[in-house]
Amino acid sequence: MKFRGKIVDIACLNHFSRVITTISKLTKTCILRLTPDNLFFVLCGKVANGGVSMWCELSQANFFDEYQMEGMNPEDNEICLEVAPENMSRALKTVQNAKVVKVKLTKKHCPCLTIVAELPTLSSVSRVVTHDIPVDVIPRRLWHEFKEPTVPDFDVSIYLPPLKTMKNVVDRMKNLSNFLVIEANLNGEMNLKIETDLVSVTTHFKDLGNPPWGDGASQGSSSSQSRDPEAMAEARVDIRRLQQFLMGQQVNPSKAMCNIVHEKVVHLILLHDDMSLQYFIPAVV
Amino acid sequence: MCLHFSTTMPLSTQSQAQDEQYVLVASLDNARNLSNILKAISFKDHAIFSATTNGLKVTVEDSKCLQANAFIQAEIFQEFTIREDLVGFQVTLTVLLDCLNIFGGSTAPGVSTALRMCYRGYGYPLTLFLEEGGVVTVCKIKTQEPEEPIDFEFCSSNVTNKVILQSESLKEAFSELDMTSEVLQITMSPSQPYFRLSTFGNSGNAHYDYPKDSDMMELFRCTKTQINRYKMSLLKPTTKALALSCKVSVRIDNRGILSLQYMVRNDDGQICFVEYYCCPDEETDDE
Repeated sequence: MKFRGKIVDIACLNHFSRVITTISKLTKTCILRLTPDNLFFVLCGKVANGGVSMWCELSQANFFDEYQMEGMNPEDNEICLEVAPENMSRALKTVQNAKVVKVKLTKKHCPCLTIVAELPTLSSVSRVVTHDIPVDVIPRRLWHEFKEPTVPDFDVSIYLPPLKTMKNVVDRMKNLSNFLVIEANLNGEMNLKIETDLVSVTTHFKDLGNPPWGDGASQGSSSSQSRDPEAMAEARVDIRRLQQFLMGQQVNPSKAMCNIVHEKVVHLILLHDDMSLQYFIPAVV
Repeated sequence: MCLHFSTTMPLSTQSQAQDEQYVLVASLDNARNLSNILKAISFKDHAIFSATTNGLKVTVEDSKCLQANAFIQAEIFQEFTIREDLVGFQVTLTVLLDCLNIFGGSTAPGVSTALRMCYRGYGYPLTLFLEEGGVVTVCKIKTQEPEEPIDFEFCSSNVTNKVILQSESLKEAFSELDMTSEVLQITMSPSQPYFRLSTFGNSGNAHYDYPKDSDMMELFRCTKTQINRYKMSLLKPTTKALALSCKVSVRIDNRGILSLQYMVRNDDGQICFVEYYCCPDEETDDE
């Protein structure tokens, strides 16, 4: 197994660092899958993390100037690691103005992702900073757990309002309640609701628009074509999970949307030119 | 719960018929004008609201020793309709503040949250309609039976000593006060030291004196030497109001009760008042 990548462009470095920081806000540990074309950050829904799952896909060519990898064997040309994204985020933050950043898989006292940064100097002597981030190598037999999630058979898909506005509202609602109901319809309307012994609060967003999904997706099926545009699909979620998702938003997505499977799951999607992030929050009763 | 309000309608175009069921309707173009002043008195959870044709009075109390009143005159509101002589109810202040700031309470110019506050009467929730950038939030806050606020029987005829200061000078003093002191001693006197704040903390005693002819002293009317002590823990919450204010009037009556009146200028340059009453610390009687 071999992996080494090199980032020279400062914009790419900053962007990469922002993506990692976003992920670090969502989860303490996750799986990093390296393939010849992509990097994937994966979290599967375990009870320990409240059942949320995440799938983040980066195209390596958009971040790395050089990228070489050799997987476990030619048939399974992949590397699968368990990593704490916060460690990566912290390491990348300290090398933000580096001239060159290299990321490689090394074997030190344990397997490590080693980040080597060459920092600018005034003298001729170069300054190099090395961060060793311990990782666990995931054996081949467990890889099947980290497959791309399928887009659920949702009832309603809707574009999200500006994430900043949504964050403000969710932050305040968090002060008032532990659970939030998110509901939306095919008329471009979405509501965020909380209700406690002391107060009920509903924020109404309208004219958000509903993304057109192709034939393959569930909206093309007969069930949702006949769906009443006013009818709301709703899910009650742990407000902290939604807050985490909004808190980490350092990447300015070109598209942000939300799919709701009535009373089952909220599927949030952020799309950027060179990355996509999917986040699943299970509904609670 | 069913909302008697169509969310697709802007706040301003609600029908008259809907309004008639409310005993109190108050609107503000900028919800911060209310939330800021309520923040200045938010040291306890329960706030007693009493509305008359003059405006809104909000009262918060602590341990029967401290009372804060915020006055928001009817003219501050773009609309203030009241159908009874007196409308009173009690709500949880932190909940109300979270609702008023639901959109983040941005201070950026050109961004403001419009507010319409409605109350149907006894047993009904306090309903807030908030709007910012086309997004509408409806809040229904449970109301409780209002408690009777303590009457401190503070009247100006019993005031022995009074000064009016630029808040700036008191802010300076309060930021330098030794908070390890359990009490703040206020000395007011027609002769030296005129107006003195003293603390007795871990690192020794400290006095903060104001000359009576200072630029910061707008009015000095002291008739008799009075030395009173007030619990620092009770005075601490008053600094929230001090921070917002431009002038403060400090008065002490013949029983040693302290009244602090803060003049607060809001975002639109209008004036509101926040008033604190504080009982003196009992121990001073021995001295």
